[in-house]
Amino acid sequence: MKDEEIIICRCEDITLKEIKDAIHKGYKDIESLRKYLQLSAGPCQGKTCIPLTEKILAQELKKRIDEIAMPTTRPPETPVPFGIFSKAKK
Amino acid sequence: MKNRNVVIIGGGITGLAAAYYLVKSGIKNISILEKSYLGSGSTGRCGSGIRQQFTTKEHIVLMKESVKLWKEWNNDLPIPIHFEQGGYLWLLSNKKELAQYKEYVTYQNTFGVESIIISAKEAKEIVPDLNTDKVIGASWCHTDGNAYPFDVTNALQTFLKREKVEINTFEEVNKIHVKNDKIQEVVTNKNRYATNTVINGAGYGAKYIGQLAGLNLPLQPYRHQIAASEPMNNFLGPMIVKGGLYFLQTHRGRIVGGTDLKEPPLSNLNSTLNFLEEYSKQIISVLPIISSVNIMKQWAGYYIVTPDRHPILGPTKINGFVLGCGYSGHGFMLGPVVGKLLASLIVHKNMYIAEANNLTLERFKTGKLIKERAVIG
Ligand SMILES: Cc1cc2nc3c(=O)[nH]c(=O)nc-3n(C[C@H](O)[C@H](O)[C@H](O)COP(=O)(O)OP(=O)(O)OC[C@H]3O[C@@H](n4cnc5c(N)ncnc54)[C@H](O)[C@@H]3O)c2cc1C
Ligand code: FES
Repeated sequence: MKDEEIIICRCEDITLKEIKDAIHKGYKDIESLRKYLQLSAGPCQGKTCIPLTEKILAQELKKRIDEIAMPTTRPPETPVPFGIFSKAKK
Repeated sequence: MKNRNVVIIGGGITGLAAAYYLVKSGIKNISILEKSYLGSGSTGRCGSGIRQQFTTKEHIVLMKESVKLWKEWNNDLPIPIHFEQGGYLWLLSNKKELAQYKEYVTYQNTFGVESIIISAKEAKEIVPDLNTDKVIGASWCHTDGNAYPFDVTNALQTFLKREKVEINTFEEVNKIHVKNDKIQEVVTNKNRYATNTVINGAGYGAKYIGQLAGLNLPLQPYRHQIAASEPMNNFLGPMIVKGGLYFLQTHRGRIVGGTDLKEPPLSNLNSTLNFLEEYSKQIISVLPIISSVNIMKQWAGYYIVTPDRHPILGPTKINGFVLGCGYSGHGFMLGPVVGKLLASLIVHKNMYIAEANNLTLERFKTGKLIKERAVIG
């Protein structure tokens, strides 16, 4: 399969090719890639695509996976409606 | 050892904008030093609002110019930054507030800012989904707006790389050599830079960078939290402000906003549940239909606040040490004008807008402080 046919972030529809291109444009860490491509901004909040992207980064930069820094996890863990939080505060 | 005409510390909007205008003025041989990734400081964490509805001459004049420059950036930068003039709608809930904002608007108008006071009914015409039950009027400026922070940093970085500006990320400044009150050298964890001109655009690191040059800058960090919703079709239009609450819809469709928890100065960027509860309660009271919309993520960043809540810009007693910091929550919108002012200072030895000279570090010594009465979120 060609790189442009492999979807890495299925929530935001981002392909392997887009990720590799971005890395070679100079977005060489997970946070910069996330922000540049809007990677991991979908409903699963990156649970699927971030681990994959780490592997791709490691491969492309010829680094070990533990040298690729993990992004901060941002709450909430799963999407929650505004209404739920406002009920807690009455 | 590298030789540089200008070394810029900080890869946020201040540093990138200053580099942009230095390049435009023909300055070559510039390095930007950023200890993490570009936009990792407050720039990438901000609410992205751009407004001219302020209450002091300094903020109003600078922001009017900045909006003009945002428009130029929108046309000139190599990738779209999504600067949109959707306006700022400032909801007022009592007579005292209304009277106060009438005064502000009159003041803003004398500088040519097109703000007006409108009724609650007119506010509802602008944003039909608003709950205006407890609103008695609004301050409205249709030329205010927003831009997308990461598109802005990406666009500026693309321009700067084409112009051969050296941008070194993950490189941290830890020493500055000063001799006879003159900048000599900047040292990082990776390299040394001989230079006579340094811009301190280091955001929450600006106080430390000041110390490295022997200056005590009156800056304090305050944590501010913010959240983004899932994306929706565009329905909102302007930035909405009410008391400490603010929110807007980005061009990607997410509602991004926050509220002021009135916390004391704080050096941590933890996210709290208390924030989500407070923000949700307030936003639902203004925009009830958002109740079933999902919050996708929450984060925090710093406002770097000065005693008079105005930025510190321009020269210091150290020759060649130039400041762009302490925006007290308004540094994103001020980015273009600050960049141009600092470049003008370095190239022509003066900041080209008279009011900017009221914002130098000197004012804390002479006691000529400036008071801002409308700080939000
Ligand atoms: C929640 C929130 C909402 C906001 N909303 C708005 C808004 O709607 N409109 C608005 O105009 N403003 C807003 N702001 C304020 C705005 O984000 C900041 O004023 C602005 O981004 C400051 O930009 P800067 O480039 O000066 O600093 P930063 O973006 O913080 O950049 C400074 C950079 O310097 C780097 N650095 C620090 N120390 C060193 C060192 N020793 N060596 C090398 N690099 C170093 C940092 O890593 C950082 O990237 C908001 C802020 C927050 C937190
Ligand atoms: S797969 Fe990337 S956010 Fe869900």
